[in-house]
Parts: sequence; structure tokens; C-alpha cells
Amino acid sequence: MYYIWVFLIGGLICMLGQMLIIYTNITSARILVTFVLIGVVLQAFGIFDPISAFAKAGINVPIIGFGASLAKGAISAVKAKGLIGAFTGGLEATAGGIAAAVIFAFIFALIFKSKTKS
Amino acid sequence: MLRGNKMTEKERNQAYNKYVKAKIPKTRAWPSLFNSFIVGGVICCIGQGINDLILLGFPTMAEQTAWGYTLIALIFIASFLTGIGVYDKIGKFAGGGSIVPITGFSNSVTSPSLEFKHEGIIYGICVKMFTIAGPVIVVGVVSSVIVGIIYLFV
Repeated sequence: MYYIWVFLIGGLICMLGQMLIIYTNITSARILVTFVLIGVVLQAFGIFDPISAFAKAGINVPIIGFGASLAKGAISAVKAKGLIGAFTGGLEATAGGIAAAVIFAFIFALIFKSKTKS
Repeated sequence: MLRGNKMTEKERNQAYNKYVKAKIPKTRAWPSLFNSFIVGGVICCIGQGINDLILLGFPTMAEQTAWGYTLIALIFIASFLTGIGVYDKIGKFAGGGSIVPITGFSNSVTSPSLEFKHEGIIYGICVKMFTIAGPVIVVGVVSSVIVGIIYLFV
């Protein structure tokens, strides 16, 4: 059952985020940025894919996976197209996620009312 | 002398920091770590489940495409839950468990655009949408371009 690995790795990564919150008092924007950077670095050193092979969603669903696919897109586009790939590859690989976040946020912001004040 | 017996700027800052520290609610470490572990693990398992279902329904689909749909599905769910106000409740319980997954990214896009909706579509929704996601995308793009250029030479 690889779901156990998914659960353990995913849970541990999130717990690491919570530890950062507790012990350093950093904001959620900084946490997201930190984990994206971790993903980029893991992918750049080729460590991400071996982990992803058994952790699957456990490392792809955390925002580390977002950073990793940015770097992966840039790396493979550079290999295929040269310098221009460094600029196009990253966003190309993550365009789906960014577009989805933007379009759903836009639609739901139009539909729903803010609940934070109640 | 204008200063008189007033505090210097440094002393005032220190006093303020002390005051802020006293006011911040103390989270007890272990329960919140446990909660973030459980919720984070569950969110990842849901992602894996969606991915497996997609591959079950469309066996010929490329793995990367299936991941794309999985992430879009998770982003959709999180955005919807943010809209109806449920995700914030999960967030209060789970802390990092709801921020670190891609659902937290989706929440960080939807939440401010919802909150500042009253400032209008352009200056409210569209501008505030990127208050948290903006830095994430900027750092991601900058670092991935650097990595790409490094790979050009190795």
C-alpha cells in the first residue's frame, strides 16, 4: 500500500511547515515561498524524482511539487530548445496550476461573500 | 530638549515587541504538529486518490497529464471550500497542514480576492488575488530561470 508512504511523507512535510510557524513565527506567504524554493533546489540536484517515485502525491501535492515542476520544466526546456527554454519552461510546466488557481479564485470570489467578518 | 523622559526609539521598539509577544496566542506545539501531520497526510492521500481514479478512468492518459488534472481538481476543491468558509476552519485546526499543500496555495489566492471583493473587481479581486501567490510565483520563476540557465552550461 503506497498510500502509507503518501500519508507519511505528505504529513511530515506539512508538519515541517507547522514547525516553521511555531518556532519562527513566519507568515504563510513565507512558508509557501520557502517550500517552493525547496522544491526547485531538490529538482535542480536531481533528488526530487527518486523521492517522488515512492512518495507520489506525498511530495507532489505539497507546494514543493510546484517548485519541482517549475525547475523540471525549465531544465527539460533548456535541453530541448536552449536558452529560451530557461525562460519558457518553468511557467509552461506550471501554467495549469496557476491558471486553475486564478480562474477558480475569480469565479468563487464573484459568487461567494466573505465570511471573515462574521 | 524634545525627548525629555520619553523612551528612545530602540527602547520603544523593544517594549512594543514585548507587548506583541505577550498578545500572540500561545499554540501548544505538540497537538498542532500532530494535527498538521494528519491533515497534511490526508490531503496528500486525497490527491493520490484523485490521481488513481483519473488513471483508472483514462488508462491511456500520460502520467504528467493526470497529475495536472489532479492538481487542478485539488485547487478547485480548496478554492470552493474557501468560498463557503470551510477551508479557514480546517486551517485553524491544521495550521501548516492546510498551508503547505497546493490547496493552501489555492486558498491563498481565493481568500484575499474574496475578502477585498468590496473594493471592486479590478482593484479588489484582481489585485489582491496575488498578495500571497505573487511572491510564490516570483520566487518560483526567478529560481527556475536560474536553474535553467545553470543547466545550459552543465
